[in-house]
Amino acid sequence: MNPSVNPLTGYLLVAALLFAIGLAGALTRRNAILVLIGIELMLNAANLNLIAFWRYGPHPEALTGMMFAIFSIAVAAAEAAVGLGLVIQIHRHAKTTDLDAMNRMKG
Amino acid sequence: MSFVFYFIAALSVAGALAAVLLKNTVHCALALTVAFAGLAMMFLELDAQFAGFAQILIYIGAVAILVVFAILLTRGSETPTDGVFSRKPLIGLVTAAGIFAVLGWAVLHSTQVLPHEMTKPTVTVMDIGNALMGRYVLPLEIVALLLTAALIGAVIVAMHEKAGAR
Amino acid sequence: MQETISFAPQLGQSTIAQWLWLIPAVPILASGVIAVSKQPRRKTASALAIGSLGFSLLLALIAFAHVLSGWMNGEAVRETANFTWIQVGTSHVDLGWVLDPLSAVMLVMVTFVGLLIFIYSTGYMAHDENYTRFFCFLSLFAGAMLGVVIANSILLLFMCWELVGLTSYLLIGFWYQKPSAAAAAKKAFLTTRVGDVFFLLGIVWLFGQTGTLLFYNGGAGSMESHALLGLLLERSAFGLSAAGAIGLLIFAGAAGKSGQFPLHVWLPDAMEGPTPVSALIHAATMVAAGVYLIARVYPLMQAGALAGGTTTALTVVTWVGAFTAVFAALIAVAQNDIKRILAYSTVSQLGYMMAGLGMGGVAVGMFHLITHAFFKALLFMGAGSVIHGCHEEQDIRRMGGLKSTMRVTFLTYSTGMLALCGFPLLFSGFWSKDGILEAAQHFSLSKGPFYMLVFGALLTAFYMTRQMSYVFFGNYRGHGHAHESPKSMTMPLAILAFFAIALGAIGTPAWPWFRAFLESKAVSFEWSGFSEPGLMALMGTSTVVVLLGLSLGWWLYGNRSPRADEPDVLEAAAPLPWKWLSDRLYVDEFYGLTVIAFYSWWARVADWFDRRVWGGIVAAVAWVFSWWAQLNRFLDANVVDGSFDKGCEELSTGGGLLSRVQSGRVQTYLRLLALAVIVLAAILIWSSRA
Repeated sequence: MNPSVNPLTGYLLVAALLFAIGLAGALTRRNAILVLIGIELMLNAANLNLIAFWRYGPHPEALTGMMFAIFSIAVAAAEAAVGLGLVIQIHRHAKTTDLDAMNRMKG
Repeated sequence: MSFVFYFIAALSVAGALAAVLLKNTVHCALALTVAFAGLAMMFLELDAQFAGFAQILIYIGAVAILVVFAILLTRGSETPTDGVFSRKPLIGLVTAAGIFAVLGWAVLHSTQVLPHEMTKPTVTVMDIGNALMGRYVLPLEIVALLLTAALIGAVIVAMHEKAGAR
Repeated sequence: MQETISFAPQLGQSTIAQWLWLIPAVPILASGVIAVSKQPRRKTASALAIGSLGFSLLLALIAFAHVLSGWMNGEAVRETANFTWIQVGTSHVDLGWVLDPLSAVMLVMVTFVGLLIFIYSTGYMAHDENYTRFFCFLSLFAGAMLGVVIANSILLLFMCWELVGLTSYLLIGFWYQKPSAAAAAKKAFLTTRVGDVFFLLGIVWLFGQTGTLLFYNGGAGSMESHALLGLLLERSAFGLSAAGAIGLLIFAGAAGKSGQFPLHVWLPDAMEGPTPVSALIHAATMVAAGVYLIARVYPLMQAGALAGGTTTALTVVTWVGAFTAVFAALIAVAQNDIKRILAYSTVSQLGYMMAGLGMGGVAVGMFHLITHAFFKALLFMGAGSVIHGCHEEQDIRRMGGLKSTMRVTFLTYSTGMLALCGFPLLFSGFWSKDGILEAAQHFSLSKGPFYMLVFGALLTAFYMTRQMSYVFFGNYRGHGHAHESPKSMTMPLAILAFFAIALGAIGTPAWPWFRAFLESKAVSFEWSGFSEPGLMALMGTSTVVVLLGLSLGWWLYGNRSPRADEPDVLEAAAPLPWKWLSDRLYVDEFYGLTVIAFYSWWARVADWFDRRVWGGIVAAVAWVFSWWAQLNRFLDANVVDGSFDKGCEELSTGGGLLSRVQSGRVQTYLRLLALAVIVLAAILIWSSRA
């Protein structure tokens, strides 16, 4: 188990860090929009991972990684649109975006 | 690990941190934009130029604006009264830290063989176009469908209630 | 002086022998019908009872005629009809009936006397409200007694014996509201029970030894030579053979039923019952059952006797009988109740019968039994008539002078009295008693019984004269007017009086028909029968004794009429012996001190034991159970219910706790998801590394 420090490792670590930060934000912030921001960060981190692996992995000419990342971006955009639309609708209804206040599903 | 890489990395991480930690939601959105920019630069560094520009176009140009709009529409610019963090943020932090630990540990403890470390891949837009119409035509169509649905859905969801009831 | 009977081989069964069982069955059936019919149907009840017994009389006469014709043809008739009742493996319980001269004679006597008494009862019990119950019991008794007579199986005999005892109890205690009557009934039953225990032992021993319950069974019966031989060879305690021991045990049962000393104590008390009951049961039939039993098992009693000698069993029978004869006669002298005098007289005469059986054989004892049945029933029924006429008065000191007011009763009563005393020549009692005295005279072992029996005859004449003078002579000391009884009561008296005289004819030494009939021998009328050595001297002796007794009684009592508060003549003369005699020689008191005292002590011990020990155990068990139940209740309420409730509570609380996971807040869910992801990732990575 010899740890190899190479460019890929760096990128992967950065991606992991970004992912963790995004997760932390999604889990701890009160505002629903900030949760969505956190989710966007996570998605971006995953994209970074994909591109890094595409660049340093075998067969970069197959474009698999890049394609995956592009599609991911497209989906993320759609998801952000719908999600924010939902947040706005909730805000109209409950007059707040505080997640702690939204516990009507409480069991 | 070149200096460029460290700079871009630091920029991205800083932007991300700011996006998560700042009190003012609009500042968070703007910090997010910085993070997106950083990531775009990383893509460029990784010779994925198309991805990088797509990132700038879509994320910074659309998603970030969208987030700002949402914030403005939901009065998120006002400073919340009882703090920005939810009750018991510790679990969230611990969980995130745990995730990072696991991933980091996995990354660091795996041996990698990089056959193409030095060779730069040349990816033209034509190649991408060919791939989209060739191999990836199905995902393309599906994504198109998805985007249409998302468009319609977002409009319906965000419509005013009077219009929705009718 | 007794020769064993040699009988011809058993003939084919005649019709009457096969249907012999009807004789007891019909009265029992009538009794059953009366029992379920309604109380007010008096005429029906008595008609049924009299009709059934009449029918039995008819059959008995047919049976008697059959045996008679057989005897006249020179055959010894003994027909049996046996059947197996229960079969268990190889051993079987047999029942059956026998028709021979002994049973034929007894059948005729029982049915005839019984029928007369039944007719008498319709008049005597006319005013009683329990008329139907009376006839029901009477009928049942008649059936049971007839069953005893015809029984060929000792078990059937015992069953009917017990039934007779039961009906005696029911009839003595007929007026059960009277405590003295109820006590007397109980006493009768218990005293005879003592005898019956020994009887049962004898039965069991006999059955075990011989293997059969039947008396006569074509050579295999217990009274036949093969079985008797086996019994003789078997030795038991006190130098007795099994035959002798069994004979003594059976005699114990007979002694109870026939009131021999010391089991005689119930007979005088049994006078609490209505007079017809006393007449039928305690004079003519039931008490005679004991004598009949001894006659029936005579081959057993006599087994092993050498010519001219006797057996231990028969010797015991003789002595007990002789002693009882004198003992009871003595007590009878000092009694003041008309029925009690007759009761003790019965005991005394039963003693005569037993002594006759012991010394002279079946014919001697049975002849006295037959004649006694007639004149004693007559005397009792006459006494009943007197009581009825004196308005239910029973104390002889409150009667008197009835010879003019109750002529028919007086005449018939005197006939009976003279027969009982044995007035010479004319009356049957003379011939039957003389038969016994003759046998006693020839008794080889001792002359004691002879003298005792002669003394008893003297006493008999004496006390009967005393009674007659008190009741019929002198002046009337009672209340109200004495009146003669109705025809239904006096008619049977007359009939019986006739037989009290006439029966003597069949037992005279000139023409000993009775003996010949029973022993299945030929007989002819010969005056030379009188010229047996010592016979005339004996007849003279007994005549002298009787006349002496009569004249002594008349001289002392005569026309004198002492009232109830005046002492009796003899009492004034010898107050202390009189007191002993009038107190019945303290036999009852003796029993009270010993047997009954012990018994009540034992009953108290048993009661204490039952209450303290067994009751204590039961209470302890009950307490354990109740404690256990309470424990269970406690456990159930607290432990089971409590734990259940607790469990439910915990479940509810747990549910409450778990539901807190559903906070409704998205971020909580997200956190959990993230945690799960970490765990999953870790597992995957580790496993891929491994």
